[in-house]
Amino acid sequence: MQNYSVFSLARNALSNHQNWRQAWRSPPLKKHYDVLIIGAGGHGLATAYYLAKNHGIQNVAVLEKGWLGGGNIARNTVTIRSNYMRDESIPFYVKSLELYEKLSQELNYNLMYSKRGMIDVVQTYPKLRELKRRMLAMHLHGSTYEPIGVSELRRRISPLTGGDLESRLPIIGGMVHTDAAVCRHDAVAWGYARGADDRGVEIHQNTGVQKLLRGSDGSITGVVTDRGKITANKVALSVSGHTTTVAETIGLRLPLRTFNLTAFVSEPLKPLIDVIVNCPDLGVYLSQSDKGELVIGGAPDSGQSFRRDIKQNVFEESVRSMLELFPSFKRVKLLRQWGGALDIAHDATPIISKTDIPGLFVSAGWWGGFKAIPAGGLTLAHLIANNEQHPLSEPFSLKRFDHLDFVLEPATTAH
Amino acid sequence: MLVIHCPFCGPRNESEFINGGPAREKRADNPNAYADADWIDYLIEAPNPLGPVTEKWWHVMGCSMWFSIQRNTLTHEILDYANKTHD
Amino acid sequence: MTSQLRRLASGGDIDRSKIIRYEFNGTRYQGYEGDTLASALIANGVSLTARSFKYHRPRGIMGAGSEEPASFVELLDDDASSSQPITTVLLREGLRAKSVSGWPSLKYDLLSINQLITRCIPAGFYYKTFKWPNWHFFEPSIRRIAGLANAPKQAPTKGQYESRNWFCDVLIIGAGPAGLTSALTAARSGARTILVDDGTNPGGGLLNRTDKVNDKNTSDWITSITDELDSLSNVLRLQESIAWAYREQNLVVVTERQPAAELLLQRTWRIRARQVILACGAIERTLVFANNDRPGVMLASAVQAYVNRYAVLPGKRAVIFTNNDSAYPVAVDMIAAGIEIASIIDSRTGPSNAMRELAGDIEILTNHIVASTLGRQRVRAVVVQSNETGNPRSIPCDLLCVSGGWNPTIHLFSQSRSTLRYNDDLAAFIPHEAVQACECVGAAAGEFELGQILADGIKVGARAASDCGFKRVETSVPSTASSAPYSIEPLWQVNSSETSANAFVDIQNDVTLNDVHLAIREGFGAIEHVKRYTTGGMGIDQGKTGGINIVGAVANRSNVALRDIGTTTYRSPFAPIEFGAIAGGRENSALLPYRHTPMTQWNKDFGATMYESGARWRRPGYYAKNGETFQETVNREALATRTNLAVYDGSPLGKFDICGPDATKLIDILYTNLFSNLKVGTGRYGMMLTEDGRILDDGVTVKLGENHYLMSTSTANAEVVHRHIQHFLQIERPKWNVWITPITTQWSNATVCGPNAREFLSRVESDIDFSADEFPFMAMREGTIEGIEARVFRVSFTGELSFEINVQSRFALKLWERLFELGEPLGLTPIGSEANHVLRVEKGFLSLGHEVDGTADPYDLGMSWIMSKKKVDYIGKRAVEIRRSVESPRRELVGLLTDDPSRLVTEGAPLTPSGRLEASEGFVTASVWSVASSRSVALALLTNGRSRIGQTAHIRLKGEIVPATITQPCFYDADSLRMKN
Repeated sequence: MQNYSVFSLARNALSNHQNWRQAWRSPPLKKHYDVLIIGAGGHGLATAYYLAKNHGIQNVAVLEKGWLGGGNIARNTVTIRSNYMRDESIPFYVKSLELYEKLSQELNYNLMYSKRGMIDVVQTYPKLRELKRRMLAMHLHGSTYEPIGVSELRRRISPLTGGDLESRLPIIGGMVHTDAAVCRHDAVAWGYARGADDRGVEIHQNTGVQKLLRGSDGSITGVVTDRGKITANKVALSVSGHTTTVAETIGLRLPLRTFNLTAFVSEPLKPLIDVIVNCPDLGVYLSQSDKGELVIGGAPDSGQSFRRDIKQNVFEESVRSMLELFPSFKRVKLLRQWGGALDIAHDATPIISKTDIPGLFVSAGWWGGFKAIPAGGLTLAHLIANNEQHPLSEPFSLKRFDHLDFVLEPATTAH
Repeated sequence: MLVIHCPFCGPRNESEFINGGPAREKRADNPNAYADADWIDYLIEAPNPLGPVTEKWWHVMGCSMWFSIQRNTLTHEILDYANKTHD
Repeated sequence: MTSQLRRLASGGDIDRSKIIRYEFNGTRYQGYEGDTLASALIANGVSLTARSFKYHRPRGIMGAGSEEPASFVELLDDDASSSQPITTVLLREGLRAKSVSGWPSLKYDLLSINQLITRCIPAGFYYKTFKWPNWHFFEPSIRRIAGLANAPKQAPTKGQYESRNWFCDVLIIGAGPAGLTSALTAARSGARTILVDDGTNPGGGLLNRTDKVNDKNTSDWITSITDELDSLSNVLRLQESIAWAYREQNLVVVTERQPAAELLLQRTWRIRARQVILACGAIERTLVFANNDRPGVMLASAVQAYVNRYAVLPGKRAVIFTNNDSAYPVAVDMIAAGIEIASIIDSRTGPSNAMRELAGDIEILTNHIVASTLGRQRVRAVVVQSNETGNPRSIPCDLLCVSGGWNPTIHLFSQSRSTLRYNDDLAAFIPHEAVQACECVGAAAGEFELGQILADGIKVGARAASDCGFKRVETSVPSTASSAPYSIEPLWQVNSSETSANAFVDIQNDVTLNDVHLAIREGFGAIEHVKRYTTGGMGIDQGKTGGINIVGAVANRSNVALRDIGTTTYRSPFAPIEFGAIAGGRENSALLPYRHTPMTQWNKDFGATMYESGARWRRPGYYAKNGETFQETVNREALATRTNLAVYDGSPLGKFDICGPDATKLIDILYTNLFSNLKVGTGRYGMMLTEDGRILDDGVTVKLGENHYLMSTSTANAEVVHRHIQHFLQIERPKWNVWITPITTQWSNATVCGPNAREFLSRVESDIDFSADEFPFMAMREGTIEGIEARVFRVSFTGELSFEINVQSRFALKLWERLFELGEPLGLTPIGSEANHVLRVEKGFLSLGHEVDGTADPYDLGMSWIMSKKKVDYIGKRAVEIRRSVESPRRELVGLLTDDPSRLVTEGAPLTPSGRLEASEGFVTASVWSVASSRSVALALLTNGRSRIGQTAHIRLKGEIVPATITQPCFYDADSLRMKN
């Protein structure tokens, strides 16, 4: 792999950057692979990377219908956090953050990982109670979450001038999650793609999967793509939002539904807020990108949707919620908005699992799985390689539905 | 923001309604007659088509009636009001 | 200060009698009414108006409208705004603006040092560097130099925003020649017509040109059309209005920036149209060559607008660089305004004869290109090069007009999910197939000939109206001088030996041709990858002038046809929109309106601290008395209930009147326990599950009569329960005959509780017998209390003797006040939800959100009795059975008594084996200071808790382990004699 550093940058500047190599190859498509991963998004690429790195499985192809990193990793709000409530979830996300923190060095690719912390702005007592419960649960697993008072909260988020005592929902306190971070979302896909490619994984863009194939014994045998049939011993599905669409081609039903979740950014502004601000009682959250844009996430559309657009009423409610707490943003302008199709499981908890079809694995239901990418890839690779769950993803198995043992993680909000 | 034709009240803004998810077969009269696995399927699996879905809406800010429409999940186009009420 | 030296003596659409004073970057200038900040600065010869985002290169004004890619300002004072294109700021008296970049000044920008290291900071350089020690280390300094304007410090102090829903037959976006004729035709047919235009005045491109229509000056012709439109009652015209989103079901969102209404800042219209006509015109593209960003480089169409519309001279000696015919008429207008044209550089083998004729004796260098511009903070000359010989030649000039051809404005069309296609003749993406009821017309459809545009406008307007069912009314096509068809040869970048390091494809984000090439070289060749890797097209202008040049550059480099590359996705908004305008008038308490009980004001007057108690209801949390701490208040209220007499406002509880022949059947399937044997006049506590076996709600249902019930639910869940019941009834069992009426707000209640409650109520004037024999526990009595008709339920959530007096809401306050009059001497104490919480925890009663957190079922909560064995079926029965069909440890409800009785632990605290830092085995669901036990008590869900009663559990806090004895989950009156007596 061509090394990236300030020195290699300077060296290449001398040759006018003519000697940079492709970040990943475009090899010819083979007829057979040991493992096929459907979906070159964050989870798919991370899975491929860890399959090669941790398990020595290199005869792997990642198949992507469009362009690499073009799914939800291209359209999320870049928040990485581990403030979950259940013992089933917390260690998984703690691991994910741990991996993220070292990832720029590991991948030799600057993901612009910025551990700037998140502040929850709390406006109701039940929410405060729930977050304190999370705080103590997280403490068991080495993650940090601390209460702060209203004046400290306002000091740290200076544009937060709404929510005073006279307002509809006065701010009653806050919680600080120091481990939370943001990072450049596209870079995560590109970094993993480059790392996986370097270890022999093939990434095939513009290769849509039309259907899954199974053999006479019922196990998976491969896929049919726009570019022909490809056989494989194992196939993993990581196509957030479209999981059921692909699974149905082989008659597999999964407890997932697809919804549209939206995000929007303001024009670039001078530095204004240097933490991630989450307002759970109003359902809106924001952070400021390095370029200066406010990156804002809001509520989902209530109906099933695969549309990558935004519903006007849902969008307006998110804007109103933001202005409730940040009235000075009324004069700030919306620059761009978009939506993504996400799937969510019946119990709002992710799925990393074998399926009823031997050799077919699924990673889905992330409902905004950006923060989970490293741990999701790590554990799915483990599952594919060993045919058994990594301890961290054990609770996310489909087995939990055999007896309706839901995890019910209330912290599954989409960022 | 959709305009949805409530079969009782006429065309109204989506914000008056609550989406009730995709329509299913009616709840069995005797769930005890189902095998565990079949009842679990009924509970947790819902149609999730990329394309037309028949779904339920509740006119909570209006007549409080439930009805179904057929809507395309990709374009959000409302295709059919044929299955207007549940009787 | 000499003023407006670059202003023409006559002409233009400005009012020279109205002088406007303004300030830019601290210097005072003058302009005229009708000016934009851009035209007023040009009038004063200001050419350096910005510094670029990354390299801090000097930049000037390049456009004349919202497509402006280079110059952005921040407005100050009352107008405080974030970044605005300098070309869209209307001049007004006292306006103060400053450019968003350049420190300490535009002229001497320290960060222009970045230009020296351009070579070291190509696209995506940061992905390769700043990894050590970590990005966050470098971030603050990088952030400080990024960003554009400062955010305004406060919300606008004067005026409000508002929004409107509107409906029409035909909505036309754009009041240029196509839009005006479409609107007129549609309006004459009688269709409800809305014409939206983002300019100050209608006319679109015509405003900048000198054509004649119907032998009139364009401005007169425009006025004749708008006069007629304004005389029709079925027409609405919105100027200064941006159509910025095209959503499903033909919903177009329009924001009016300057509504003519007092104290109204902006107004957003959600317009749902039966037919939409997109007459948004076209946007001129820039050309890509070295130093194509220097101040003095301007779009040809912008120059035309400045000389004709604003009567200002952006330069004295100009060179025109074009690859199409549209720049030739501009040259004519420039000469008329007194600008010397040094030369027209045409990259084509030659213009049409008509254009040659038009150019007269101007030198035309065909098959030539501009290779570069020279100068420092302003163009001083251009380097021109022949495509054949490659020989460079320098032409002195202070203005370079560029025209790279025209892009139809297809943003809204694309937002509607309609498809685009590449047209080779026009070298542009044009509308292909509409998927909603919309049509593009005029330049937006790729038609650039005025006569044809006028004719098409009439045709499309008539078609739209007739599709809405209106009869066609003849409209004659206005006459205009015929012009030659538009001719263009694409030139996505010039071929020149000049370095492409300074050839910008995205002026605003400082993206060069080299950056695009680097992206492709490194494998980021997909158009979305190019965009994301280089940030090209992601600025405030969203690539309106340069976006397609990126596509062209990729096509050139990768040898792929443009049609196969396509565009990146067009997303709303079309232009930046203020968040205030998007939110409209609904803000503050209108977002989530309060719900009040009739006693709210009384409660507040009595010193209540009000809480959000679910479902937007406000309820007293506690009534602090002077000098009390919070805990003292709660203790006092709880103790009054345990020892004497208390009352609370229970009005927000959800209430449903359920009646009909099948009402009993319905209640029996909703609740887990049996209700069919309930007697009239009595109530029963019931529990409801979801079909997948989670606890949904609990509450008391009273049988008012045969087939007639009153169901109460928790406050927070009333709507969810309503939905649940209506769904079951209407969708699962539509043949059942039941009526459900939500009466939560129709009935209010005062709940009188405490050991002296009966004694107190016997003093109240009432026809109800409150004696234990006549009014047993869980009974309901109807009668009058102090002359008010009431339903009284003997239910208890406190564990004490308790009477819930329900009256119609309009009498509630009267009842409440009367009870106080009578009760105060006896020590009647109003209590809030905090004391209620203490009382219910002492008694071990459940609370949703505490003990019921989604995972516990009634068995876990020690309530196996509530899961009816007699009923064959109820909602959730099967799911709970399935979940319990395998043996697995369950978390069960227990009580906890900390070893240290004064220790009050945090609610939610986890329990872990021996207090170790590991996965929990349960958690504290509630923890209070018990007035009955004079110590702390807690409830918890604990793995196998019931079999561990008497043992020790460990509450794990940060840095502390709190041991506690596991007990039964009830600390007071275990046999419930007090509430039942």
